[in-house]
Amino acid sequence: MNIDSIYNGVVIDHITAGRGMMLYELLGFSKLDCSIALIKNVSSKKMGKKDIIKIDADISLDFDVIGYVDPDATVNIIKEGKLIEKKSIEKPETLVNVIKCKNPRCISSCEQEIDHIFKLTDKENGVYRCIYCETQANK
Amino acid sequence: MRSIIDVLDLTVEEINELIQVALDIIEKPEKYAEVCKGKKLATLFFEPSTRTRLSFEAAMYELGGNVLGFSEAASSSAAKGESVADTAKTISCYADIIAMRHPKEGAPYVAAQNASVPVINAGDGGHNHPTQTLADLLTIYREKGKFADLTVGFCGDLKFGRTVHSLINALSRYKNINIVLISPEELKLPSYVKKDVLKKNGIPYEQTTDLEAVMPKLDILYMTRVQRERFFNEEDYLRLKDSYILTPEKLKNAKEDLSIMHPLPRVNEISVSIDKDPRAVYFKQVLNGKYMRMALILKLLKEAGLL
Repeated sequence: MNIDSIYNGVVIDHITAGRGMMLYELLGFSKLDCSIALIKNVSSKKMGKKDIIKIDADISLDFDVIGYVDPDATVNIIKEGKLIEKKSIEKPETLVNVIKCKNPRCISSCEQEIDHIFKLTDKENGVYRCIYCETQANK
Repeated sequence: MRSIIDVLDLTVEEINELIQVALDIIEKPEKYAEVCKGKKLATLFFEPSTRTRLSFEAAMYELGGNVLGFSEAASSSAAKGESVADTAKTISCYADIIAMRHPKEGAPYVAAQNASVPVINAGDGGHNHPTQTLADLLTIYREKGKFADLTVGFCGDLKFGRTVHSLINALSRYKNINIVLISPEELKLPSYVKKDVLKKNGIPYEQTTDLEAVMPKLDILYMTRVQRERFFNEEDYLRLKDSYILTPEKLKNAKEDLSIMHPLPRVNEISVSIDKDPRAVYFKQVLNGKYMRMALILKLLKEAGLL
């Protein structure tokens, strides 16, 4: 399967297989007008299988979202067909309005205009909990 | 502005201080009879409660203060659709301190973020109930004289029982505590509490469905009610509600100095005949709750510069 290389844009590589779509949705890529390729289950020597997202536009990314979904992913910035920067990804300490608490008993399910905030409570295992009800976020 | 949402918002030293103040209140109530004169506690109870609301109100009256508030959501602006944040901002204009109970988990936290006076969580759904835990700790201290070297059994609904989670959290900070978890399979302690609290703090624990088998080793038996309001499904509630009923017969092999605790209200999980047993301390627990709430109100008002 061939996807053209991009001239100016971003490549999110080494996404754990199966998490590409979640990243696509949480980063709001469905709202973009430019060309975007989400390639699933690409063969990888290092990972076995991986997902890749290529965005053919110079856009700014929310690295907290990437760090939450897949801190092992890599972000390559491409300018005029050349790789100019590799961004390192870290798990963010706090997630604000990225995901919503799924606990129907949580105050965030009904309070007007409340910020949906999750804190990293277990760095090693990447566990995030709602600051209101402490329910764990499930990826 | 300091608020208390979770019992872990208080350090072990602060809890010890609160216990000392509570003991002083018990010994010399007259010394505290007017310390909160002119101060107002707002009790915002969006969910029915007898014990906790009246305990807070009695606590404030015994400190010489006044109380205002409501006892159900229907008689508050929440019925008109007001947010918790707006309610907290509004009540801050009338009261010096707020005690809030709400069926939604995290509501008192939202109130604390928006209020300009201290907020005490008086229970938020199945989440936290710090002042019940303070009552439990004072009861353990008064009955046992210590928090270390104790085997504490929790029996009943360990899944939804917020008092259980809070007390396990609080006890995990003391030495040589052994925990015994007694519940039906469906109401076992959530795995995150086991992992994040018990395993993380190296607290030895065992899980069982057999209350009588573990009874001889217990220093404290903390009974809980299977709470109808925490179930989405009535059938599940009916199936599990009578899982454990403590009777004099089941206490045959219990230690002579066992303390039987219960956060109340009780439905049928402790036979009324046990009330006469000197080991039953659940009504003492209620009284201890009032003293700890008095101590907490004093602490927060002092820290806010209002006393």
